[in-house]
Amino acid sequence: MIEDGNAAVRLRGISARFGSHTALEGVDIDVCEGEFVALVGPTGCGKSTLLNVVAGLALPSSGDVHLLGETMKGPDRRTGYLFQQDALLPWKTALDNVAAGLIFRGEDIKEARLKAQVWIDKVHLKGFENHYPHQLSGGMKKRVGLAQILILDPNILLMDEPFSALDIQTRNLMENELLRLWQEDRKTVLFVTHDLEEAIALADRVVVLSAGPRASVIGDFEVPLARPRDVMEIRLTEAFLEIYRRIWGILRGEVMKSYAR
Amino acid sequence: MLDKHKVRLYQIGLLVGSLTLWEAMARYELLDQFFFSRPLSILSRLFELLATADTYRHLSITFTETLLAFIIGTALGIGAGLWLALAPMALKVLTPYIKAFNAIPRVVLAPIFTLWFGLGIASKVALGVTLVFFLTFFNTWQGVREVNPVVLANARMLGAGRGHLLRHVYLPSAAGWIISSLRSAIGFAVVGAVVGEYLGSAAGLGYLIAQAEGVFDTTGVFAGMTTMLVFVLILDWTVSRVERRILAWRPAASAGEEMI
Ligand SMILES: Nc1ncnc2c1ncn2[C@@H]1O[C@H](COP(=O)(O)OP(=O)(O)O)[C@@H](O)[C@H]1O
Ligand SMILES: [Mg+2]
Repeated sequence: MIEDGNAAVRLRGISARFGSHTALEGVDIDVCEGEFVALVGPTGCGKSTLLNVVAGLALPSSGDVHLLGETMKGPDRRTGYLFQQDALLPWKTALDNVAAGLIFRGEDIKEARLKAQVWIDKVHLKGFENHYPHQLSGGMKKRVGLAQILILDPNILLMDEPFSALDIQTRNLMENELLRLWQEDRKTVLFVTHDLEEAIALADRVVVLSAGPRASVIGDFEVPLARPRDVMEIRLTEAFLEIYRRIWGILRGEVMKSYAR
Repeated sequence: MLDKHKVRLYQIGLLVGSLTLWEAMARYELLDQFFFSRPLSILSRLFELLATADTYRHLSITFTETLLAFIIGTALGIGAGLWLALAPMALKVLTPYIKAFNAIPRVVLAPIFTLWFGLGIASKVALGVTLVFFLTFFNTWQGVREVNPVVLANARMLGAGRGHLLRHVYLPSAAGWIISSLRSAIGFAVVGAVVGEYLGSAAGLGYLIAQAEGVFDTTGVFAGMTTMLVFVLILDWTVSRVERRILAWRPAASAGEEMI
């Protein structure tokens, strides 16, 4: 683990308790600037809780969060958060959803819409800018969500199982799209998923959380796969299978434990 | 589509049928016309009323009272609902008082309002406001409480401040609740105006009805009631137009709970 230097996200001893239930205990994670880190763990271990803590939406019961070298105190403008559930404003069109962040930050509406149009095109939603979220497919909504965040040019990107509700083809398309966008300026990414294949295909590093309660980090693996990657093809390579086997060796036990509960 | 026509046909059939039955029973003296009047004489009375200039003065007074009660009541209700939903401490302190006030039957207030505000418009508006206020207040409050927490968190992460959250999240989210309350509110505003007039005034639809009642003019009472009915239907229709426009973002299934 990197002790000093350029950690964009530094978590130290994070614990999260809900009443008598301790979801997370003593979680330490570092994410370097420009690094794409995937966080895997069985369902219910506390991944969303941890991401909420990093986002500043929830306070940890104990522990510290440092973002870009400073102690975090509440939601930070340099952080973008793509939620697991639908989070678009249902009463705004796709275009206005993408423009929303700029307007909240005081930009002129016309200006914001112009910039939003550029991002609508970038995520291949031309022609859908005036559709409301309920008129869009699951994949399209995720694209709007992605554009909504990236337009604000955040330093840190938090993503909570963003593609888990999509069918497998749409999902692979979105993963490739994400990599393409990320490749442009390599933001710091903390990407939560319960899908190990997705984690390896996307990330530079995979961090494994144990099954809850009292989940903590039990594995940290570099992913030595070249970029640019195509998520569909890279899954078939020998190097991918090799790293998959190593991580699965640890994760399997945790998944079994979470099933047994 | 066919089903819709069928329903409409049955609806009209029911209306025409029951009116015909009423008319026939009155003609053959199965119903005492003194107590029940009959549709055709009510209709001719309506035409008489429509031909009288004074009727429009009464109507415009009731309309003014209704509109004022509606506007003031909903504005206060929405304001208070938003404020209390976002200030949990104030809500806790005020809850028992709100419940107590809401438990008072409004008709009881009418004489007091007449005492305070006189026989004119103001006392009727006050009565209507007490009816409309609580309705929109409770609906707004409920709407705000039902804001999707993920959407709210997302807006906050995107940089929304308090004012932005109010305008871009809470209000539109509560809009469905607020607007569904507007349709009932317009009815309540009419009730406030008419009941207020009925209990003590010198003008308005309620006054006309009370006058007719005073001389056992059943036809006049029914004519007044019919006028009020049409009046409410027109206002209701107007509000439903506005509703459809504001809620355009909704999936059709949940926006289209149309009764008529
Ligand atoms: N607000 C809450 N109140 C009580 N328990 C919670 C709350 N949020 C999460 N939990 C519990 O914490 C654990 C972790 O939840 P979560 O972070 O959603 O897991 P994951 O995202 O890994 O599936 C679960 O056991 C869940 O029941
Ligand atoms: Mg989760």
